[in-house]
Amino acid sequence: MAVETRDQIAGLDALEIQVKARRNIPAAIWGRLWPMLLAVSIVLVIWEAVVLAEFWPEYVFAGPVTALGELGTRLGEGEFWHAVATTMRRAVSGFLLAILVGVVIGAAVSRVKLLRAAFGSLITGLQTMPSIAWFPLAILLFGLTENAITFVVVLGAAPSIANGLITGVDYTPPILLRAGHVLGLRRISLYRHLILPASLPSFLAGLKQGWAFAWRSLMAGEILVIIANQPSLGEQLHYARELADSARLLATMIVILLIGIVVDVLFGAADNALRRRWGLDQRIG
Amino acid sequence: MPAVRLDAVSKVYGRGTTSLLALDQVSLTAAQGEFVCLLGASGCGKSTMLNLVAGLDRPTAGTIETGGRQIAMMFQEPALFPWLTVTGNVELALRKLDRRKRRERAAELLDVVHLGGFAKKRPHELSGGMRQRVSLARALAQEADVLLMDEPFGALDAMTRDLLHDELERIWRERNLAILFVTHNVREAVRLGDRVVLLSSRPGTVIEDYAVELERPRRTESAEVAKLAGEITVRLKEEVSRHGR
Repeated sequence: MAVETRDQIAGLDALEIQVKARRNIPAAIWGRLWPMLLAVSIVLVIWEAVVLAEFWPEYVFAGPVTALGELGTRLGEGEFWHAVATTMRRAVSGFLLAILVGVVIGAAVSRVKLLRAAFGSLITGLQTMPSIAWFPLAILLFGLTENAITFVVVLGAAPSIANGLITGVDYTPPILLRAGHVLGLRRISLYRHLILPASLPSFLAGLKQGWAFAWRSLMAGEILVIIANQPSLGEQLHYARELADSARLLATMIVILLIGIVVDVLFGAADNALRRRWGLDQRIG
Repeated sequence: MPAVRLDAVSKVYGRGTTSLLALDQVSLTAAQGEFVCLLGASGCGKSTMLNLVAGLDRPTAGTIETGGRQIAMMFQEPALFPWLTVTGNVELALRKLDRRKRRERAAELLDVVHLGGFAKKRPHELSGGMRQRVSLARALAQEADVLLMDEPFGALDAMTRDLLHDELERIWRERNLAILFVTHNVREAVRLGDRVVLLSSRPGTVIEDYAVELERPRRTESAEVAKLAGEITVRLKEEVSRHGR
């Protein structure tokens, strides 16, 4: 009898367990790559067409061949890599500081009712404030220094990160909270074992949005706050405009765009990994 | 001394004119080792009763005694944590043990529910019935004397449900658990319960307490189960139709 039940259960389990299709990795990469290549080609064609239409002289709006050629030359220059390094150092350090600030504020606000009532909508308000509006104040406070840039990068990114955490905590599924209560999770163990892991997807979304704000604030900052002997991508944009060097301007913009895309792909990969682990990636059809 | 004792328990939701009396003076006991099924139509407050016993909610009046017993609960949904593996979910209930003991104990419990081969899977990779068994293993990991079950098999297909009835019966006997099992399925209640407690709706009160003296193991499709289930269904329908008038 018991054996029979056991066999039946094993049989049902074997039938019901999901069979995963094996993924063909090169095909998967190609499948993602060709639409992107297609999009890039379309953009290049439109760009060239606009240049050929001669709305603007060549020195104001360079064509893709000139701009990409300029980009190629610059890849071999030390100054260019120095600029990228400076910009990335500012971006990463500013973003890390923003994570620290965002997590502390988010944790406090999600935990304490009074703080939430007081600061909840202020945080959302700050999120919508264009970060460039902070620069005049930042420059008054810190002068034309690195600190002014960091200040604005943190102000741009931290509210999104804090909000991501708060939303994650708020949207912890009630059924899991009940299960956690029955399992004896209280206070710190409740946060450690249930609320923090449950808020991870929303926190990750907050990080991604926070990065976007940090990157924008940083570019605005680098154009406004130019520090001597510190080449950066924003500073190069600024000088390219001053010197009316359109090819160089466009080449720098392409680099800024590419960095944005690469970081977005990294966040996308993290999000996909999370979805796969949690089983949120089941598609219909 | 019963394992669970509810004494004149009432529960009111809300205040003033919009308040809702969910439970009205419910008294009920379950002995250690006794399988009690709570049966009723919608709105009879059967889930409320379990929540009160589990401490997820407080009664408005009356007392609930469990003599300091450890209480575990299973819900209609498996309520597993999606970021943990199957074994991780069970181990969460074993936090007080050290790592090695925890792992051993979780493996034993997964064997009890016949999921030994699925320890490293994640909840979403399992079927509904398998998830509910993980949930059962997690509840057992709490070394509880009292197991509260809120329609745990309601969302499963008939065949899986039958098998889980057999399994639950075996585990209940081996561990001498006191089980409070909420269901709206009359046959399921008769199949499993030592007693079937029938509740009225809005407010919930105990209207009948049937002792089921059929020999175990019972089959859901057997004539004896069907006969008693039929009697109880008649009584349940009377109670439900009272609300239509």
